[in-house]
Amino acid sequence: MQQKYIGKAISRVDGPAKVTGTAKYAAEYNVPDLHYGYVVNSTIANGEIEKINLTKAAMVDGVVKIYTHENRPSTAWLSLNYADMDAPPGKPFVPMHNNKVVYNGQPIAMVVAKSFEVARYAASLITVEYKADKSDTDLVANLQNARDPKKGLASFLKPPPPKPKGNAAKAYEAAPLKAGGSFYHGVEHHNPMEPFATTVVYEDKDKLKIYDKTQGSVNTQMYVANVFGLKFKDVRVLSPFVGGAFGSGLRPQYQLFLSVMAALDMQCNVRLTLNRHQMFTFGHRPATLQNTFYGADADGKLQSIQHESVAETSTYEDYTEIVVNWANMIYPSPNVNLQYKLAPLNMASPMDMRAPGGATGMHPVEITIDELAHQAGMDPVEFRLLNYTDEDETTGKPYSSKELKECFKQAAEKFGWAKRNPQPRSMRRGHKLVGWGMATGIWEAMQVPTRAEAILTADGKLTVRSATADFGTGTYTVMAQIAADAMGMSLDNVTFELGDSDMPFAPISGGSFTAASCGTAVQAACLGLKKKLLKKAQSTNAEYKSVNLDDIAFVDGQLQPTNSAVKPIAYTDLAAASKNKQIASKNMGWPQMMKQRKYTRAAHSAIFAEVEVDEDFGVVKVTRLVSAIAAGKILNPKTARSQILGGMVWGISKALREESVMDHRIGRFMNTNLGEYHTPVNADIHQLDVIFVEEDDQIVNDLGIKGIGEIGLVGVPPAIANAIFHATGKRVRNLPIKLNDLM
Amino acid sequence: MKSEPQVINNEHDKLPAALAPELDIVLRVNGHDRTITVRPWVTLLDALRGRLDLTGTKKGCDHGQCGACTVLVNGKRINSCLTLAVMQTGNDITTIEGIAQDGMHPMQQAFIDHDAFQCGYCTPGQICSAIGMLNEGHAHTRGDVQELMSGNLCRCGAYTNIVDAIMEVKEAQGNE
Ligand code: FES
Ligand code: FES
Repeated sequence: MQQKYIGKAISRVDGPAKVTGTAKYAAEYNVPDLHYGYVVNSTIANGEIEKINLTKAAMVDGVVKIYTHENRPSTAWLSLNYADMDAPPGKPFVPMHNNKVVYNGQPIAMVVAKSFEVARYAASLITVEYKADKSDTDLVANLQNARDPKKGLASFLKPPPPKPKGNAAKAYEAAPLKAGGSFYHGVEHHNPMEPFATTVVYEDKDKLKIYDKTQGSVNTQMYVANVFGLKFKDVRVLSPFVGGAFGSGLRPQYQLFLSVMAALDMQCNVRLTLNRHQMFTFGHRPATLQNTFYGADADGKLQSIQHESVAETSTYEDYTEIVVNWANMIYPSPNVNLQYKLAPLNMASPMDMRAPGGATGMHPVEITIDELAHQAGMDPVEFRLLNYTDEDETTGKPYSSKELKECFKQAAEKFGWAKRNPQPRSMRRGHKLVGWGMATGIWEAMQVPTRAEAILTADGKLTVRSATADFGTGTYTVMAQIAADAMGMSLDNVTFELGDSDMPFAPISGGSFTAASCGTAVQAACLGLKKKLLKKAQSTNAEYKSVNLDDIAFVDGQLQPTNSAVKPIAYTDLAAASKNKQIASKNMGWPQMMKQRKYTRAAHSAIFAEVEVDEDFGVVKVTRLVSAIAAGKILNPKTARSQILGGMVWGISKALREESVMDHRIGRFMNTNLGEYHTPVNADIHQLDVIFVEEDDQIVNDLGIKGIGEIGLVGVPPAIANAIFHATGKRVRNLPIKLNDLM
Repeated sequence: MKSEPQVINNEHDKLPAALAPELDIVLRVNGHDRTITVRPWVTLLDALRGRLDLTGTKKGCDHGQCGACTVLVNGKRINSCLTLAVMQTGNDITTIEGIAQDGMHPMQQAFIDHDAFQCGYCTPGQICSAIGMLNEGHAHTRGDVQELMSGNLCRCGAYTNIVDAIMEVKEAQGNE
């Protein structure tokens, strides 16, 4: 196969649309006769609505209808109908189902008006009377309710911890080197820059076109069809551009339900956009408490890993993540005990948020390992090399590839790690303490079945499409690269289309599995297309009758048989001779299960961090980060680098900034805006270096793709925490690390 | 099909104030005079996105906290969510759709070349802000650019690439 584009730093093909403002997001389709919704949210976390006072709101000129649980049209009865592709075990939340309030910020009314401003104003006039019950929102105060998670479909991609091995408690007691502690982080919210929005175009009775902010157009389609009893073919969902999602678009959010409900009921076009405050009224990264007790022998070899975690979930669903398994995936130990429990609280169900579970679990792992290395008097890299494994002990399977050692080497070199004085508080710059720390990251390389279609037209253009998503991930670009190489064509003649439920099936896009899954589908469709091209050649040209697929090179837009006696044929000639002047093939890209199942497949990273700490004020500046990534084949170093840079910014944010602060007396988040929910601004971000370590892995998939959406974040927060320890001698285990922790 | 009042509560039964009347105003956007009919409470941002179909200008917070709505008014960068459309008559408003003259603006091209975005949602605001910032003439170093671009959030984390793109344009301008 031609490798002209795969692996090349090609500028994003959707770049021109994004820099000129022509890329349209869900709230930007200004269809005629648009009605605007505006949501009212509950202000208690648990209880019942007694009265909703709509009088004043209904009087505002331009208000068309107000929906509450009392008058909203009925929807599907069965809970099952509300289960989307990412629904955890339990009963999905149904907006305005009855007068019960199950979390603070739950949508309880919606005004529909002829203008956005009128809807917003009228919504502000609605008052609500509640019968409030006691609400529990503090994880740490509710640990007595921790229990095993319910099992469900989600357990397939998120396996529970393995059974304990040996006697971890005893081995820990006996270990000469011990480390560990208690690690807590509160809730974080995704906060993509684009607020959630849906524009519903009412095309005909029971026929809708929906522009939705989602990481899966088919997921939205399925949800709408099931909930509202519509035929799949009558629900078309489009999401060609998504203004960031980070996991928040993996499940339909309530603006989708409410806007579709209103459009069907009022038989008109409806748009519902959430405001920034409302972006804090659905899924989030769950608050999680973890305890580690790791023990090593005098030489530094791990003898015991005990890692337990309790995470928050809602009262209606059991959202789970892989939090504790990582410890024994990346570090071998004869004695292991990993525990993972959930405590239900009066909050919205948590959701996958970038590197869900991985970013959470690897934080304590990498800090505890750093502590052990410090106790052993060993360099943190040396310590990790001593406890290195090529086998995932949680499953007993070898890694399909693991160039982590090379990551350590290249990142350490670039960083200048050899010059580190191991003594904490030993390095200074002016009056600031300087610290150097490092950590490891890991994320599983997954793949899910996905379909794609490749269409070659007589004008020499190739269009490939799949209902997958690009929310900044580079899907448009890398899929076009894969298709161009597969067909031996120029990238200029290849277009990849996505984000339309009418296109061949793709599941939700997340977990770093899209490039591998959709890439495999694109290859399959191109292979199907080649077969059809050959068939056409055989039917039009006698010379080709005895030529096999393996005996043809598909290059320069031509079939070029290895037997030079047979003349090459241009694709365009074959397309021109076909019905509709095109040849198309639709195929499924299957994971190569038989090959994959014998291995654990994962991307790895090594992160080195430099911080400056001002001890008087506790201010931390992350002056440098170097991240070396081993993630199989990198399809496009330019867009991939951006993904990793984004992950590193998220890591800085998680380490030092992000936190949704809850007032537990009323169970409500208090900093629900971008001024008070701190994420880094430009001036917070300094030197970031990304290294891609070469890794050739034929087991993950033909293209060797592992995925890079999550790995950029995992390991960054502990690298920063370890650097802060090196700078100050203070071991801070909770996130985010605050000024007062260091003063 | 206005909803029937369902509950009357004495505290809440005062009539809402009548809405201010709609006004015809002329906005000069990207070199064209455009007449729109708006109430005074309509922000410039909503006027651009909803009334003029110039959806390149983004809404990230509606509160002056994110910079996604940045446009140029008489060459100066402002948050269009923090001003009302009726206050902007007589001004020269430039949105991302009007930045390019013959082909792309160098800042747009630099953003593509440096991959200074991922999802693209903050991008029009970043580009307008960057052009406005260079107009201001206070950015001399990379550090200055970082500081002066800190009103534009990018959740995708493209900050370093954004600064690279701006520095390239700035240096090219300096050499002219
Ligand atoms: S939308 Fe105007 S600053 Fe955020
Ligand atoms: S590119 Fe997505 S927010 Fe900046």
